[in-house]
Amino acid sequence: MTLDARQIVFENVSKFYGEVLGVNKVNFSLQPGITSLVGPNGSGKTTLMNLMTGLIRPSRGAVCVLGLTPRQPIEFFRQVGYCTQFDSFPPGTNGYDFIYWPLRLHGFGHHQAAKLTDEALERAGMAQVAKRKVAGYSKGMRQRVRLAQAIAHHPSVLVLDEPLNGLDPMARAESITLFEAIAKQGMHVIISSHILEEVDRISDRVVLMSSGYVVAEGQIREVRREVRDHPMQILVRCSNAARLAAAAFELDHVVEAKILNDGRGVLVRTRDAEQFYLLLNKIASGGLVEVDAVAPADDDVNSIYQYLIGSDGGPA
Amino acid sequence: MSAQALVARAQKWSKDQPWRLYGSQVFVLVRSEVRRNLFTRRRIGIYLLALIPVVIILTHVIFDRSGPAGPAQIETDTEVLAGIVQLYYLRLGIFFACMAIFTWLFRGEMVERTLHYQFLVPVRREVLVVGKFLAGAVVAIALFETAVLACFFLMYSRFGSAGQSYVLGGPGLGQLGSYLLVTALACIGYGAVFLALSLLFKNPVVPGVVIMGWETIAPIFPSWAQRLSVTFYLKHLCPVSLPMSGPLAIFTIVAEPVSPFVAVLGLLCLTIAILALSCLFIHRMEITYTAE
Repeated sequence: MTLDARQIVFENVSKFYGEVLGVNKVNFSLQPGITSLVGPNGSGKTTLMNLMTGLIRPSRGAVCVLGLTPRQPIEFFRQVGYCTQFDSFPPGTNGYDFIYWPLRLHGFGHHQAAKLTDEALERAGMAQVAKRKVAGYSKGMRQRVRLAQAIAHHPSVLVLDEPLNGLDPMARAESITLFEAIAKQGMHVIISSHILEEVDRISDRVVLMSSGYVVAEGQIREVRREVRDHPMQILVRCSNAARLAAAAFELDHVVEAKILNDGRGVLVRTRDAEQFYLLLNKIASGGLVEVDAVAPADDDVNSIYQYLIGSDGGPA
Repeated sequence: MSAQALVARAQKWSKDQPWRLYGSQVFVLVRSEVRRNLFTRRRIGIYLLALIPVVIILTHVIFDRSGPAGPAQIETDTEVLAGIVQLYYLRLGIFFACMAIFTWLFRGEMVERTLHYQFLVPVRREVLVVGKFLAGAVVAIALFETAVLACFFLMYSRFGSAGQSYVLGGPGLGQLGSYLLVTALACIGYGAVFLALSLLFKNPVVPGVVIMGWETIAPIFPSWAQRLSVTFYLKHLCPVSLPMSGPLAIFTIVAEPVSPFVAVLGLLCLTIAILALSCLFIHRMEITYTAE
């Protein structure tokens, strides 16, 4: 097996919707494992996933998944499963049929398709409600039945657009376990999500996107290294955020002090964390500000993301 | 590349194709699409289009107490039936029903945001076109053949034994066969046209109206141009010809009649050509629901 046959490769890929930029000059190759696409709404994550699965064609460049392209649909879609974020279903369908009929189109006979359908429903925790109409499902159930459809044919590449949206904590934990189990079998799992802490925890690597460009790509630590020269972020929860922010601004190495929305904390960006901690100790011991908690907000995807594109990556 | 090399290449391509898989995929597509399209409340308008003449004839049969006259009345009713099939079904009923059924096959799924499910399975898009087209054809043909059959039965049933001998011993059965053939051909002809339009245009209704205009005025164009309309072929297959009337009649160019074989073959060729174009169009299709 050649290297390309195990990789997902984007070669100078651009996509324009008329005059609107979707993604521009994307170049990367992904190895098996969990890869997270992170970026704010409109950054191009879904466009990238749609390009990967052939739902849209690149305006320029080429996408290759395990050595295949969507122009070879029979081979390609046996390897690829895509759980889109479109929360829509064929009218009148139930959970079972929603998975069973696409499996029949894969070429599976009735018994095999039925077996795979049952297995997928079981894995997604939807076996009990499979015969109910999808129209009566909750958002989380709809999300899970879409996930079940995407994994039903045992793809080698699983592409998941916002797969944790709408799931309760229990289902979310189960889904994450499922993704990890799939990735451990040597498969590709590509996830986009706004829930950065969870993505951070399970990802082997991240692709950070902004305004249609890939701004960083690699393992979380590698990406962090890319931004080593940037100021470090420290989150301080305290009683008087305004006073702390004012004090922090007097220091040369502090480049930003942002008061949190709840008014009970400050996010400080500094080039000299040691000096800032000294200041904080001084302020706290002087009784000017009561400090509740101090935490470097620097080691997860979110902080790296903020460094790179100046946004918290949260939903718009 | 020489012709021989081309043929060899085509033969190799054909040999490499998993025809059995394509066949089973078409079967699955037809089965699921028919279930979704035939027995649904959304299709009430199409049922009405098909059943209006049936209801009118049924009302006539029930309430017309004057009693059937002799063979002259059968002749008159035969012309009425010809008018119903040629002027109502072929020009209006089947036309609009096919517009509704076949444009919905792809464009409707775009509107409902469900087309991506069919683009994410290991099915060639050409197979998708063929499967959906056949499903639409099955629905349209089942509906309109039933309606034409019901019209025919009701029309002659009131004549009792005279009607029976006209149908079984006279030209009636042949006419019925022709009407059923014409109906089926109209369904697939218009179906192919509207399927192609739905792949080309976001709103296929406007070009659909243009097509209707073309089908209406085609008889005033030269013979070669008339061959590009569906009605040209259907007209030559109808067993009872209707006298031309209306303002267009004076501009009508009577095209050289074609044999039934040529008419059927011509329409099938036209349908296949339009489907082949649809296969090209669908490769350009992208899932961009926000643009819909």
